[in-house]
Amino acid sequence: MNADVSQPVRLRVNGEQREAQAPSTRTLVDLLRYDLGLTGTKEACGVGVCGACTIMLDGRMVASCIVLAVQADGAEIKTIEGIGDAEHLDPVQESFIRNGGFQCGICTPGQIVAARALLDEIPSPTEDQIKEWMMGNLCRCTGYYQIIDSIKDAAGQAKA
Amino acid sequence: MQPFSFHRPTSLDETFSLLEQHGDEARMIAGGTALVVMMKQSLFTAEHLISLDRVPGLSGIRGEADGLHIGALTRHRELEMSPVVRSAAPFLAEVYSHVATVRIRNQATVGGGLAHADPNQDPPAAFITLEARVKLVSRNGERLVPVAELFSDYYETVIQPGELLTEVIVPPVAPGTRTAYLKFLPRTEDDYATVAVGATAQMQGGVVQKLKVALIAAAPTALSATVVEDQLVGKSVTPAAIRQAAEAVEAIVDPLDDFRGSSSYKRDMAVVFTRRALERVLQDGA
Repeated sequence: MNADVSQPVRLRVNGEQREAQAPSTRTLVDLLRYDLGLTGTKEACGVGVCGACTIMLDGRMVASCIVLAVQADGAEIKTIEGIGDAEHLDPVQESFIRNGGFQCGICTPGQIVAARALLDEIPSPTEDQIKEWMMGNLCRCTGYYQIIDSIKDAAGQAKA
Repeated sequence: MQPFSFHRPTSLDETFSLLEQHGDEARMIAGGTALVVMMKQSLFTAEHLISLDRVPGLSGIRGEADGLHIGALTRHRELEMSPVVRSAAPFLAEVYSHVATVRIRNQATVGGGLAHADPNQDPPAAFITLEARVKLVSRNGERLVPVAELFSDYYETVIQPGELLTEVIVPPVAPGTRTAYLKFLPRTEDDYATVAVGATAQMQGGVVQKLKVALIAAAPTALSATVVEDQLVGKSVTPAAIRQAAEAVEAIVDPLDDFRGSSSYKRDMAVVFTRRALERVLQDGA
């Protein structure tokens, strides 16, 4: 058995160059949370199904719980901390507040990152496109309608 | 997760050297969507993990005279959205759109999925019915294997030690080819199928010229249902002939009991969904 030797992982996170020593078994979500202190990203299911750990990796929306940190060495990462700030919320965040797009909040960072990624790729999505894209961002509180409303609102569309 | 050494070769030559050096103790990783989950659950361990993502030339899609050449490291989403694929083989893009979620399709790779050989995965339904082949490359040369003959058992393939799946080649799709992919999903849209059936067909004057049928999640491997094809090719299509041909899958399926249905239920559904897929590709207006 190999010793779990740490190796350097260099990332550009939310526009800032970061580096951590990580064992090969470290997942990307754990590296972000425990090594870099970016606890906005959550881990829930741990198997890539629930969407709580959604981040952007080199411009692609991925589940950071099933990416090894060493796989991401050299990558460009965007997390929830890179979307808006306390004074200037992203329009998606404003819209989730306005439309009740969250209740307990545990899934919300993943929902916001996914919704932002959707609107970056498809600025005016249809309801079907929203549903297809957001499938796999599980929420056990809202029943999803308010999330869909939030995204439509953020895209500048009327509610259904 | 069991500790391992992580390697990131930057050439095919270096990859083959690592495979030679570490032999049975080495495994390859591409997107990792399947492998990392299995490692977290201790269902899979390796002393050495060789990442292919920095090996040049393994990614991307080219349209050539002999068909589409899809690099093994091409991500599912890239294939699904590719204008080249959507124009030359829209059925392939359609089947890929049924895999899990956008988030997974953004990370999982075409070659990684095929080498993983999970019998529940959708893409072989398209590759088998479009008569695609994979290119397997080793230090000693290369060979082409039909996707229909790639899988040997649950999570097992005919890929030999020291061999690497580098691309999938999808031959040109004949004009007028009709296609169907029916995925039975009684639970959620992003689930694996209870059973799924892919079919492609060419018809002329009500007679079946060519027919390919594949079943997913119905046996230890994706199945090429030649028993169905043999009953219908060269024949005129009737509802009775379709029904009878669909019943032939009962003899080749071998589904597992699980929370998506009992083995006997899935066996029945395999017949039903095969019949519906045949109706789609063989009957006008179906």
